[in-house]
Order: sequence, then C-alpha cells, then structure tokens
Amino acid sequence: MKNLSAAELRRRRGVYTMAILSLLAFIGFGLIPASGRNVTYGFILDKEWILIHQWVIGAKSASQLFAGIAMLGSIVAYMQFRARKTIRVASAITSAGLLMSFLSWAAAGKFIPFTGLLQGGLLLSVPLIFGSMAGVMSERSGVVNIAIEGELLAGAFASGVIASLTHSTTWGLLIAPFAGAMISFLLALFAIKYSIDQIILGFVLNVLVYGLTDFLYKRLLIPYQSTWNSGPTLQPLKIPVLWKVPILGPIFFDQTIIVYIMYLAVIFIHLSLFKTKWGLRTRAVGEHPTAADSVGINVNRLRFKNVIIAGMIAGFGGAYFTVGAVGSFGKEMTAGEGFIALAAMIFGRWSPWGAVGASLLFGFADNLQGVLSITGTPIPSQFMLMAPYIATIIAVSGFVGRVRAPAADGAPYKRGGNA
Amino acid sequence: MRKPLLRSFSLRALILPALAFALSMFFGGLLIALSDSNVLHKASHPIAFIKAAGASAGNAYLALFQGAIFDPGLAKPHQWYLAFGPLSESLVGAAPLILAGLSVALAFRAGLFNIGAQGQFIFGAMAASYVGFHFHMPIGIHLVVAALAGTLLGSIWGGMVGLLKARTGAHEVIVTIMLNYIALYFLQWILGTTTFLIPGRNDPIAPPVLQSARLPLLAGSNFRLNAGILVAFAVAVFVWWLLNRTTIGFKFRAAGANTFASKTAGISVPFVMTSAMAVAGALAGLAGAVHVLGDNFQLTSGVAGNFGFDAITVALLGRAKPLGTVLASLLFGALGAGAAAMQAKTNTPIDIVLVIQALVVLFIAAPDVVKSIFRLKSLKTAGGLVSKGWNG
Amino acid sequence: MSLELRGITKSFGALVANDSIDLRVERGEIHAILGENGAGKSTLMNIVYGLLKADAGEIYVNDTLQEINEPSDALAAGIGMVHQHFMLVPVFTVAENIILGHEKSKRNGTLDLDQIRADIKRVSDEFGFEVNPDDLVENLPVGVQQRVEIIRALIYDAQVLILDEPTAVLTPQETDELLKIMQKLADKGTSIIFITHKLREVKIVADKITIIRRGKVVGTAQPSASQEELASLMVGRHVVLNPDKAAHPIGEVVLSVKDLAIKDHFGRTIVKNVSFDVKAGEVLAIAGVQGNGQSELAQAMINLEEFVEGSIKLGDDEIVGKSVKRALDDGIAFVPESRELDGLISTFSIAENLILDRHDGAPYAKGINLNPKVVKEQAQEDTKLFDVRFQSVDDPISSLSGGNKQKVVLARELSRPVRLIVASQPTRGLDVGSIEFVHERILAERDMGRAVLLFSTELDEVLALADRVAVMYRGEILAIVPSTVTPQELGLLMAGVVHA
Repeated sequence: MKNLSAAELRRRRGVYTMAILSLLAFIGFGLIPASGRNVTYGFILDKEWILIHQWVIGAKSASQLFAGIAMLGSIVAYMQFRARKTIRVASAITSAGLLMSFLSWAAAGKFIPFTGLLQGGLLLSVPLIFGSMAGVMSERSGVVNIAIEGELLAGAFASGVIASLTHSTTWGLLIAPFAGAMISFLLALFAIKYSIDQIILGFVLNVLVYGLTDFLYKRLLIPYQSTWNSGPTLQPLKIPVLWKVPILGPIFFDQTIIVYIMYLAVIFIHLSLFKTKWGLRTRAVGEHPTAADSVGINVNRLRFKNVIIAGMIAGFGGAYFTVGAVGSFGKEMTAGEGFIALAAMIFGRWSPWGAVGASLLFGFADNLQGVLSITGTPIPSQFMLMAPYIATIIAVSGFVGRVRAPAADGAPYKRGGNA
Repeated sequence: MRKPLLRSFSLRALILPALAFALSMFFGGLLIALSDSNVLHKASHPIAFIKAAGASAGNAYLALFQGAIFDPGLAKPHQWYLAFGPLSESLVGAAPLILAGLSVALAFRAGLFNIGAQGQFIFGAMAASYVGFHFHMPIGIHLVVAALAGTLLGSIWGGMVGLLKARTGAHEVIVTIMLNYIALYFLQWILGTTTFLIPGRNDPIAPPVLQSARLPLLAGSNFRLNAGILVAFAVAVFVWWLLNRTTIGFKFRAAGANTFASKTAGISVPFVMTSAMAVAGALAGLAGAVHVLGDNFQLTSGVAGNFGFDAITVALLGRAKPLGTVLASLLFGALGAGAAAMQAKTNTPIDIVLVIQALVVLFIAAPDVVKSIFRLKSLKTAGGLVSKGWNG
Repeated sequence: MSLELRGITKSFGALVANDSIDLRVERGEIHAILGENGAGKSTLMNIVYGLLKADAGEIYVNDTLQEINEPSDALAAGIGMVHQHFMLVPVFTVAENIILGHEKSKRNGTLDLDQIRADIKRVSDEFGFEVNPDDLVENLPVGVQQRVEIIRALIYDAQVLILDEPTAVLTPQETDELLKIMQKLADKGTSIIFITHKLREVKIVADKITIIRRGKVVGTAQPSASQEELASLMVGRHVVLNPDKAAHPIGEVVLSVKDLAIKDHFGRTIVKNVSFDVKAGEVLAIAGVQGNGQSELAQAMINLEEFVEGSIKLGDDEIVGKSVKRALDDGIAFVPESRELDGLISTFSIAENLILDRHDGAPYAKGINLNPKVVKEQAQEDTKLFDVRFQSVDDPISSLSGGNKQKVVLARELSRPVRLIVASQPTRGLDVGSIEFVHERILAERDMGRAVLLFSTELDEVLALADRVAVMYRGEILAIVPSTVTPQELGLLMAGVVHA
C-alpha cells in the first residue's frame, strides 16, 4: 500500500476517523456513564403488523452494542479500502451505529418512539431532498444553484396562498412548481445570458424572494388572513398492504402525496441522469461544455431547461411547508432549509442518491434534536442543530474523501470564450 | 494604487449605480401600489387607478425620505434641528454596515467571497457585549478593549475560513454559509448560559453594556448619533490604504486577480487567503462591536439582523471599493431607517427595502440589462461580475 | 466530397483574423494549411466547423452553397474535426463520448450503447487502433484520445476531416503513424485538411499546401517546394535561425539537479531520475515533445511543484522544500510557459506587473508601505531597457501585444540580480520580431555569465540557442548531447530512440 495518491490518503484518513470515532463512542457512551438506567425504544405507531412492541435495554449495553457495530463497520471499511473497493456501505453502517450509540446514551432513562423518530426524520428531510434534487439538476449541467432557498420559499408561498384562495390543495400543489420556476428563470436568464457570477446571483435571488414574500405576507396575508392565508392541508394516504409492514410501513407508506411524488422524482432523476440521452448531455455540458457544443449540443439551451426544471422541483418541494404540513404560510418559513439542501447536495457529491442519503441524515439529526429537546438531553440542543453544518464543513474540507464538483459548474459558456 | 482616494470614484462611475437604483425604486413602487387594497379597488377605472397607484407609492416614498433624512414634523419650537433626527438614525444604522461592507469588499479584492460576515458580526457582537457588561474599566479603555475583543473574535472566526481554504481547498462560500448557522446557534446557546443571563431573569437577553464601554454621542442627547460612524469612516480610509498603499494589499489584490501568476511570483497564496479572511473577519467583528457598543447595547439572538447580508449588497453595489462601499452603506443605512418610518406612517412593510436592495444588486451585476432598458449603448462600464464557480 | 471556401472574413475587434480567404479541397486530397501560431488557421477551421460565425464569405460542399451556423450543420454536411484541444469529456467512457450528440435510445428510453460499441470495434479493427469502448477517456494516453476523436469522425461518416495541429502532442513516432493513417483515409476518398506549422510533416503527407499569414492566403505550394521556400512564405521574410553563437567562456556549475522525481496529485510519477548541471555562461536546453514532463520540471525549479523528491542546488543552496519566494530571491529568474496565466495579472497595470515578485523589497516598499512614485519611475526605466511599447505604465497589461507582454515578463525577471534563468517556451505564440528579441536577450544574459535553463519544444529554437541539449522522454532525460547534434538525431531522441 505504498504510493497512495492524495485522494486515497484522504479516504484512508476517513476510515481512520471512523474507527477512532467508534472507539470514542464505545468509551464515552458505553463505558464511562454511570450505569443502571434503561432506554426504551418503541416501534409501534399505528395498526401495522406487529413485530415487536418495544425494546428495553440498559443504556450502557445499548451504547456498547451500537458502538461495537460502528467499530465493525469501520473494520469492514478498512478491509474494503485495502481491497480498493468502495467503502460506501461500510461507512453507512458505521454512521448509523455511531448515531444509535449516541442516542442510547442521550436517551438513558427515557422512552424513544423509534418508528416515530424515523418517520419525523423522513418528513423533515422532504424539503431537503427536493431542494438537493434541484441542486443536482442545475449543477450537473454547470449552473451553481444557491437559490434553492428562494425557490423553496417561493413554492411554499405560492402554494399556500393559492390553496387558501381556491380552497384546494390540488391547485396549491399545481402552482408551486411554477413559482419555483419563476425564480429559476431569473437564475437562468442572468447566469446564462448575462454570465453573472452565479454565487452572487443565487444569493441576491434569495434576498429578493425573502423581500417579496415578507412584504406580501405583511401586506396581504396578515390583514386578510381568512382569505389569503388559511389553506387546507393534505392528508396522508396509506398505501394498501405496504403500510402494514412492521416499522418500515408507517415510515414510508403512510405519507402525503408529496412524499410519494418525491420517491418517484428521486428514482426518475437518478435514472435519467445516468441512463438516458438527456442525462448524458446534461453531464457533458456540466463537465466539458465545449466538447458538447462541438458535437452539436446547444449548451446554453440545455442548461436553461435544466435550471428551469430544477426550480420546478424545488418549488414543488416548497409546497411541503404549506399544503404538505401546516397549511398557512409563515414569514421566512423555509428558515435556511435551502442552504441545508445545498449542503446535502455537496455532501452527497452531486449525485442524486448521495444527496438523498445526506438529506435523510440531516433530517434525522434535526428530528432527533427536536425529540431529545423535549425528553431532555445531556447536551444543549443548539449543538445538535449545528451538526449538519459541521458535517458539511468537514466534507468540503476533504478531510474524509474527495468532493468534486462538475468540472464546468459555475462557468458560463460562450463559444470561443474562456469556458 | 496610483489614483488618489477621491479621484478613483469619478462621476461617470456613478451613472450605472444611479440608474440601477432608480429602476429598483420604480419596481419597488410598483409593488407597493399594486398590493395596496385602496389601489386595487379602483382597478375598473384606469385613470383613478393610476392616480391612486401614484399616490400610494408616492406617500410611501415620501415617508421613506422623511424617515431617512429630514422630517419637518419632528421639529419643535426652538428645536428645529430635531427635524434632522432621521439623518442621525440613518448614520447610526450605516456605521456597522460600512464596516461589514468593507469586510466583504476587502475579501472580494483578495478573490474571496465572504458570505460569512453575518457569523463574524455575531462573534464580534458577542465578545464586545461580554467585555462591555462583565468587566469594569475606566472610560475609554473599556470601550477600546470591548471593541478590540469583538475585532479579535471576528478575526478568528473569519481567519478560520481562510486557513481551511488554504490548507484543504474548501470553498469559502460553503464554509461561511455553514459557519453563519453555527455562529447563530452558538449565540443562542450562550445567551441561555448563566454568564449571559441577567441575574434573576431567564429570557435570552444579555445585560446592557456599561456606560464606560459605550461609544460617545456626537450630537447631544437628542440624537442617537454616535462615534461609530467616525470609526467606520476611519476604517474605510484604513482599508483603502491597506489595499492600495501597502505590500499586503498588493498581495491581496494580486492573488485575487490571478492566483497562478501570484504563486509564480512568489506570493504565498495561503498567506493571502488566511490573512485576508482574518482582516475581513476583524472588520465584520468590529461592525458587530460597534453595533452593540453604539446602538443596541444588549446582546440578543437577533443582534446581527440582516447586517451580514446587507454587507454583501453594499460591497457589490460599491464595486468592492472602499469609497463605493461607504456611499452604498450610507444609502442603505438611510433606506433602512426610512423604511421603519414608512412602515409606521403608511403601513408599508419595511421588507420592501429587501426587494429594492436585491434589485439594485441584480442590476449592478448585470450592467447590460440596465443599458438595454435605458438604451445606453455607449455607456462604458466595467464588466459584470464574472463567475468562477465552485472549482475557481 | 469537395469543400470550397470563398471570401471567408472574420475579425475580433480591430484584429482581422481571416481576411477574405479562398480555399478549395478536392475529394481524397490532403490539403495542408501552413501558418505560424496566430496566423488565423484555427479561426478559419472553427468557422468551417460552425463553432464561429464568419463576418462574410461562403462555404460550398460539392459545389453547392452550404449554410453552416452550428457544429451540427457541419456534421450533417459530412465535415468532421479533430480539435487541437480534444473535445472529449474526461469522465465519460469512449463509447459515451462517441455517442454524445448522436444518441440512440432503447424502447424504454434508456441509452443504447451496443451499436456504438460495435461501430467502435469495426473502425478500430480497420485501422489497427486498440481502443476499448468502455475505458474512461481520462485514463487514456493523449495519442489514444486523439484516435477516439478520429474514430468519432469516421463513425459519423465524415467526408471532410479537419485535423487542427494534430501532431503538437504526439511523439515523432506517433506522428508518423498518424501521417500513415491520414494517407490511408485519403486513399479511401476522405478529404483531409491538415493544419500545422511543421514543414517536415507537410512535405511528407500533403498533396497541396496553402500558406496563411496574418489572416490572408499568401500563396500555395506543392510539397516538392523546399523547406526554406515554405518557411519564408510562412513568416514573410527570410528567417535567420542562427543567432550569434560565438565561442563564450563557460564557468562554474550554477545549478545542479540530482535524482529528481516529481509526482502529481494522484500520485502518478511525472518526472523521475533527472540529473543534470548547468554552468555559468551556458545554455542547457531541455527538449522534448510537449507533455513529457518538461512543464513540471520547469515549475519544480522554483518550487511550484508540490510532490518533489531529490535535490536541486543553486550554488550551495538547496531549493527543494523552500518557498517559491526564497527560490526567486536566491537568484532564479523564471519565465513561465504561459505568460497570460502564470506570468502576468491582466487587470494590473504595467507598473504593477513589473513588481509582482519584488513589491515588498527596496526600493519599492519600506516596511509594508508601498511607494507608488518609485514603482512608476522604475517601471519607466525597466520598460525602456526592454523596449516595451506602451502609452502609459498605468495602462493595464492586457492592452499590450503578446510580444510586449513577454518583454514585460523578461524586464521583471532580468532586472534583478540572478544567477540562473529558467525560461519555459519563451517564444511561444510570438511574432518573428519578438522571437528575435527574446533570443538575443537570452544569449546576452548567457554572455554576462548567467546560467540558462531553456525549455522548448521547438527544435529550431533549441538548436539555435543551446550549448547542450537534454532530451526528455516520458519524464526522464534520455541523453544530454552537444548542440552540434543534427535535427534528425534530436528527433529520434525525442521519440525515445537511443542508439547504441
């Protein structure tokens, strides 16, 4: 194993980091705490087929058990690394083990509705997944999309208002993508036609949407709340049979239509990106636009199209905040989720499944924080809220593995120019 | 580096920003008028509709102006000068904005996009507040120590970004976005600790800064105008000097314009990244300190307001030049102060300012758009802000 | 298929890149377009291929007028092109690259790569290329990447094939193979437009030669014309490629490189086992085909490379492991390969560019204070000494011509006390007058007793300036020979052939 490349060195460092963290978790959560208290995991939410009602275990033993699983995971990762194979699955096992080890420690003496925790985590990751899909769509074709936040917020606003005015969630859902597309149209226009710095542009568009929605919220939604801002909400739809599968059923198959559309969207985007003509062209213009141009692909038209579609995806995801959850629109209710979605996309290395994985992780961490802050926790909730952001910084600083954007991401394309 | 301070900002250079501003105000006015129910009710009578729309936007902007510069309604017998109260408010708001704007501008010149002014501002405010309420020191010294503490903490928080970029290549935009949230959560946490709670209370507001650490008032007790604005002006001159008259600034600008050529010429790009972000962080930290020591006095979780983000808009509007940034900050400081009055008087939400700001920057960044709207083919402008993306 | 261009004109601002160019290529003909760097050859071909739009002029295919506004029009008309910088997506496989733009889908909407794999195999077999459709392009050597481009053109039935400087990145051997392939294609009826500035290749392969200078067709020639005739047509006047190489004293060893190895970020070895000395008053040229490690070796001389093992000694000072600044301060002048990218800052003024490396020393700075007056005065002086033509030293450097820019780089690097000059492709893209200036300057420095390490891919330049020539091939120095070597011998060495 001599002569490792810089990328391999980073991967090895990642494996070592996982191993050290697992060991620390074993000691910190599994050995040091005073013993005696149990943690109880509940597994039943509804009327699904029952596999197990609940699981009571000593907090220390549980922490040891899960930290042990994490350690096993990191050993497997090391072996995979030595064999020069992918360490993705092993890393996922390690992360899950670490998280559970932490949870068992933090929830000592408490009841944790485990299925509910996962279900809530999935819900919190819905806008993140839509947002990060919008990021993937746009950035894979070479346009940096910081405006995800604005697109989500525009979608939330439009769907909330329209659903309220029409008393119809359907209209709310239908209008949301177009609100997102309006923002991404501006992004596309200024980024592609006028070649403005896409990072600045995305930032400004977010401010614009904040300003517009804040203004209209105070001007119309508060004074005329009953007509403008009291929209209906979607009800969960149980998918026959599937929802009864123990643990998984209530998490994945007792959701609103938005979530089901999300499943389809992710699968569709992944397949399209890697298996179709459109995907091949999209990746080509994101990596080497001049090459794409030279074989007759209209680079800027394709980028324009993709950025608009990205806006529609994020806009639709925005509907989750209003018709998908609380019905009425609240000032700046996306609260930075668009930036976490951006982080999830980067964390997931610009790939759809990676972004989904990161979004789920962030959503779960967020929900865990919420649950623990109710049951009481040994560490301040603010520090748990920071976790996704710290994780992202670690990811982009290349401490654990390589994060590489599409080669032409952010570079406007002009023929014969310096693209 | 050769043009004297004032000449570097010619009148011609003001044409584009002025047009961009006018255009944004027009769109803002349109938004105000078209969301006004009094106007909408007259939709069936075109003439009355246009009249009402004009009145609606006009009244709002009059209130905005009165709230920003001069309001005769505030004058009292023998105290006519009170009518200038709004101007004082504008300057109070502009002081931290200038400093934070300079932070973004300076980083820009070194090729770094500091979206993190918000987080650096928070740490600056936090440190200044702590020194300001916790310690007892003589007048003057207390102020200086509090301000320096804010500057230092901001500098560390910002320098970290540069160091990370220099060592690992982590893109500063992503890192600063993340650090802003981390700073905010840290602030929320620390406000709940006993150190920062007012004894006997448990709402997340820190004790007020002691008198000895407050920035002195400049125009008597009738106005809140404080020495913060003088600090801001002085720092603007300092930044101009640093960028244009020192070897450090030369390195910043060189690395900002072309990293490869700078490296080849022996300029240490990691040094530039780290030190430019440290200086930028220091400026934003000082902005936070000035805000706490001159205006706000008590640290809350919303202490940074929108300063960090407004800072980006003013730096962009001022084309990352110190004087431009100062002028843009004065403008936005006035808009901010005016909008508060506008909301109180005409019930027009203050948030219209965000819309105007976003539009101004959009138009400034894309001079071609403004030129095509006003059909100014001949107007020469420095090229728009051209993108580098994540890999740049 | 025949191709005819009539009156093609294209200008960029004040620069007329193509000035009403006429050209006719017959079926099965290899038509060489010969011209210096910057003569307008690539612009012309980009117009034919639809990547640029001509201001005026017409394109006829088989004597019918053809509108070509987009590359897709050119492709549809049967025109294919192998670009100077390959148009391949590095992270795609060969098959993905070739199908791009011509995608076929299966019933279920997914990409159908089977047909293209078969096509690639068919064409590969026919021409004896060994190309695997499922290899990632970024892992292929440049020679193979070029073949991928040729395969692409053939699969899509190009009747006219444009090759833009195809031999620039090839070894002489690979070049010979390419020339054979071109011959074979022409025999089968493909028309080939061969853009180059290399006389030898033109004489071997071309059926007809058109010479372009400063955007204009200045003449046509038959391959039987002598190299001297072609050269003088190409550059416009008789070229003296033998500057003064009168005997000069050679002194002590100034630079001593021992067992140097350089790796890139991926851990791949770029340079290995490199050892040589350069003495005072001597020019050592490092010759070689582009991409054999010279760029990295040049960069390593002032520590611009990250992963370096071995030793570089300037006098008694070890350079490896020091900062770039220390290397420069120790007395190395560095003329980088790309002056636009590495040598100058385009938005900075001439005066500022002149102090890029020395801004924090006397007389320009005192402490951290820069003295703009001194900077300006010194700039006036330096530019006069190096014959830089400009209006004001406050003008941005981007307003200067290429030759003047290079003079600014030289003025900066040579007006401080140096012991060693490292010059990498110092005349690339310059006009003849500037080339002469640079050459004279380098020899003048040599005569002042400085050591010169010259990196050049141009054989003529190497032979004209060097006292000794080191030939690099695949990251190693194959041999160090005296400058009395013949071009033929040098060519063989550059191809990696060492004779007994």
